[in-house]
Amino acid sequence: MFQLSEEGKQKVLAELKRYESRQSAVLPALYIGQKENKGHITSEVIKELSRVMDIPESQINEVFTFYTMYNKQKIGKYHVQVCRTLSCMLNGAEELTAHLCKELNVNLNEVTADGRFTVSEAECLGSCGTAPMMQIADKYYENLTPESAMNILRGMK
Amino acid sequence: MAQATETKYLTEFYHLPEFKGLDGYKKNGGYKELEKALKMQPQAIIDEVKASGLRGRGGAGFSTGMKWGFLPKNNEPRYLLCNADEGEPGTFKDRMMMEKAPHQLIEGMIISAFAINSKKSYIYVRGEYDDSINALNAAIQEAYKAGYLGKNILGSGFDHDMDVYRGAGAYICGEETGMISSLEGLKGQPKLKPPFPAVQGYLRKPTIVNNVETLAVVKYVIRDGAAHYRKFGTEKSAGTKLFSLSGNVVKPGNYEVPLAFPMKDMIYGLGGGFKAGRQLKAVIPGGSSAPVLTAEEANRATLDYENLAQMGSMLGSGAIIVIDDSNCMVQCLANLTHFYHHESCGQCTPCREGTGWLDKIVHSILSGKGRPQDIELLIKVADNMKGKTICALSDAAALPVLSFVTKFRDEFEYFVREGKSKVKGTAFAPKGGAHVGH
Repeated sequence: MFQLSEEGKQKVLAELKRYESRQSAVLPALYIGQKENKGHITSEVIKELSRVMDIPESQINEVFTFYTMYNKQKIGKYHVQVCRTLSCMLNGAEELTAHLCKELNVNLNEVTADGRFTVSEAECLGSCGTAPMMQIADKYYENLTPESAMNILRGMK
Repeated sequence: MAQATETKYLTEFYHLPEFKGLDGYKKNGGYKELEKALKMQPQAIIDEVKASGLRGRGGAGFSTGMKWGFLPKNNEPRYLLCNADEGEPGTFKDRMMMEKAPHQLIEGMIISAFAINSKKSYIYVRGEYDDSINALNAAIQEAYKAGYLGKNILGSGFDHDMDVYRGAGAYICGEETGMISSLEGLKGQPKLKPPFPAVQGYLRKPTIVNNVETLAVVKYVIRDGAAHYRKFGTEKSAGTKLFSLSGNVVKPGNYEVPLAFPMKDMIYGLGGGFKAGRQLKAVIPGGSSAPVLTAEEANRATLDYENLAQMGSMLGSGAIIVIDDSNCMVQCLANLTHFYHHESCGQCTPCREGTGWLDKIVHSILSGKGRPQDIELLIKVADNMKGKTICALSDAAALPVLSFVTKFRDEFEYFVREGKSKVKGTAFAPKGGAHVGH
């Protein structure tokens, strides 16, 4: 059973008071739950958030399923999101993604055998002038080549 | 090609790393206009903004002063909401503004909030922009400490609070009513207008939604006056604008130029043209939702609202995606149909089903299985998606399809006939049809 840490719980309660409406805390609370559940959200997480926030599960669940940044399945320690949209495609995003998947021996959206990486495609990440690019956690890696991107992954601890 | 240069009006100090922090910002004129504005009559600020001809820089190009004028004339609480959910493919100017000059936006917002008598504002930033969110949070804290936010700002009697709200990955939240739904902690589905947000927005209270660049400009209109601002651009497209140039040019990036700047100078001058042996094929001038221009059209276009509208396209967010002749237009369109199918919020049937069908048909052509009637089918489906939905996403998905298929029809016909691209050397890795759901 998933339970928020005391710190996580306090954060969620603070979000409930932060905005003009309690419901506005649902998006930030989902981020807190996701972080505490190793990067993805399950029905257990929703249940816990519902209990702590006193907001019906269905209302949290429909928000969870609507947005792409809440992960629906297990992801690797490093979630490698390669932008696939037009400006990146024109600069080789498809080759970049294919290279990473091949080198890591994994399909898109799957976790590598060692649990370290998940490669997925993201829609426009607003880095079109420095294409192609990828996002890992909160960091953008820009002006990549297939090789330079793979070197960055190799350097991840 | 004549030497093309930028007009660094908003971006004058962006090369200074210190401009990001409060001290560096103040050293370069920061918060002077807030002091000035707080001594003005709020209506005088609104009049000045109206007179400046400033139009929304997020995409719709609606008069900012006029939008503010739609607020009810009473003391009902109202919100200012900054649209920083920059998601239109090809656009990356707001991210630069927030990362390099967060105080510029904050100052513009406080002045705007004072003008419309709003005591609370939110900056809705797309969830992926961590650096922007961190820069804004730090700057807001600095602004509170310095007395630019909070109670009785600079002794004026005006109170204002500001906060950042993080999105969670949904293009549709860039649509102002979708953004309001999201800020309310709901699915980011747009709402039927009217009532417009200025009358009924966040929590059903009057809400003004303005783009990052738009709000930053307000400071400069107060600094230099509407007449000065109008010296840039044209009568109907006044001021400078940030353009995000990307795609196949040698020097992509954000460039600030006066409106009505020639597209040719943008691509070949500032953008440095193309790699050796390549040449211009097509330009998407205003973000991926804007109808595509052929090379011939692009070469005579100017970057203003009127000219691009006359050409059947639009200025949009100022994102210019340049495509050179090494690319296959069927593949480019398939990239975009995938995007819109992924991003449709699913609320209205013509959009939910239409984006899916467009994506399936284009991918079927791309995989070599296209039928001759598919080209007309694409046009028919796209036509049926226009003007039938709550928000503009459906139209935004239909317009690229109609323009690509009409202007580059030979490439689509060739692909259907031969089962392969007309553009030599284009390699494909078709991923088998449309992407379903998230």
